[in-house]
Amino acid sequence: MTVLQIIFLGISVIIVIGALMTVSSPNLVHAALWLILALAGVAAIFVLLEASFLAVVQVAVYIDAISILIVIAVMLTRRAMGETERQINRSWLLAAFAAFMVFSGILSLFSQVPQLANTPSDLVESSEFYIQELGKALVNVDQSIIPFEVASVLLLAAMIGAIFIARPPERAGGDS
Amino acid sequence: MDPALLVEWLVKSGVIIFLILTGFAYLTLFERRVLARIQVRIGPNRAGPLGLLQPLADGIKLLFKEEVIPDKADKVIFILAPVLTVIPAFVLLAVIPLGPEISILGRSYSLSLAGDVNVGVLYLLAVASISVYGIVLAGWSSNNKYALLGGLRSAAQMISYELVLGLAFIGPILLANSMSLKDIIQAQSRVWFIVLQPIGFLLFLVASIAEVNRAPFDMPEAEQELTAGYHVEYSGMKFALFFMAEYGKMIVVSFITASLFLGGYLGPFVDKLPLLGPIYLLVKVTLILFFMIWVRATWPRIRYDRLMALGWKVLLPIGLLNIIITAILVILVGGY
Repeated sequence: MTVLQIIFLGISVIIVIGALMTVSSPNLVHAALWLILALAGVAAIFVLLEASFLAVVQVAVYIDAISILIVIAVMLTRRAMGETERQINRSWLLAAFAAFMVFSGILSLFSQVPQLANTPSDLVESSEFYIQELGKALVNVDQSIIPFEVASVLLLAAMIGAIFIARPPERAGGDS
Repeated sequence: MDPALLVEWLVKSGVIIFLILTGFAYLTLFERRVLARIQVRIGPNRAGPLGLLQPLADGIKLLFKEEVIPDKADKVIFILAPVLTVIPAFVLLAVIPLGPEISILGRSYSLSLAGDVNVGVLYLLAVASISVYGIVLAGWSSNNKYALLGGLRSAAQMISYELVLGLAFIGPILLANSMSLKDIIQAQSRVWFIVLQPIGFLLFLVASIAEVNRAPFDMPEAEQELTAGYHVEYSGMKFALFFMAEYGKMIVVSFITASLFLGGYLGPFVDKLPLLGPIYLLVKVTLILFFMIWVRATWPRIRYDRLMALGWKVLLPIGLLNIIITAILVILVGGY
């Protein structure tokens, strides 16, 4: 085994432990923190693959933006401390089975892709090139501008909906 | 792996950590002296000549203080929080070039730890906001309502101003046509981006002061109403870590401001004498730090709702407008 593989295995173990603790931790804030550990592990794997752009985006979007919202939402909606609940209900065995089936399905799909047998070394030289191609593809009519725009409209609609729900009710006779 | 490369990295990491730690120690002294001058006092001048040993005395005092962990606190997170706050301040400096390439004994060294990272600016933005966690978790795990309020305020403030910070980053990126800090600095060899991006510079300055929770945006630790906010329950060295994070981030933010808008290490005669580069950079950083202290000494704190209104209703639209105008001008006139 090369050093790279050992590091990869170590990170994978950390990710799996983080994910398991996320679903089993009785304290919601702790669960959110374990989730962040798992996401950080994924970012580390991107770094290992020399996909620096993906790693940075993983940190910026998942760890900074999404997870911080989860943490704040948990803090604002629950009693701040000491709230512990059982994280497992009767159907955990079924859920674990379903998760295992999905995982093995994905695994068998990926094992049929021939390019995955190669080592990822050809990412190294061209990572700058990939970022430029990605940027161009996002605004190219022939490639992915339509999904990109649809996603933007969806996010915009979600944002307007959130603002509408969170808006304080109109005060009767008030000037606001 | 080349052992010489490993040694080079170790030396560079050591230099960066040394820079932040001594910078933190002497920035506290610098701040206290400057504040004292502005308020017509003398400031600490007893420990050593000109008070130069004052940071050492403070450090020893904090080391020997009793560490109190509240009984009902979440102990693991309580200890983890200051660590999470400090680490980003140390790793941010890795992508900032401290000078042009220099050659010693026939080998050329680039004066930054990570070399030329092509997503350097994104890295700064991503790593800088990790320290929000430290503050939120410190507030939460203390099991104290003032601390929790301070933590939540801080998180809301940092998330809001991060957007403005990100928008302010885009101006120099558009002008330099690159996200690598080295290219951005090189693009300023004719004229600094503060001239081409005055609005972007102001936005960046305001947002960065808010991002490091300094006055007049120091709502999370408002002494009068929150009795210091998220770090109420901290004492001893853990308390010192929060301050180390704050001052460390002040220093790093000044480095970023200098690199993005003030030409970084560029200055007269740098191409002939490369070692002048770090000196120019340090002078610029010191000036920015002085400006931040000056602001703290002269501006009252902004009320919390106005702070959020300023961020979302004023700075964010200006930032968007700035990007649109810059993009149109870059297409019409051409960037570098």
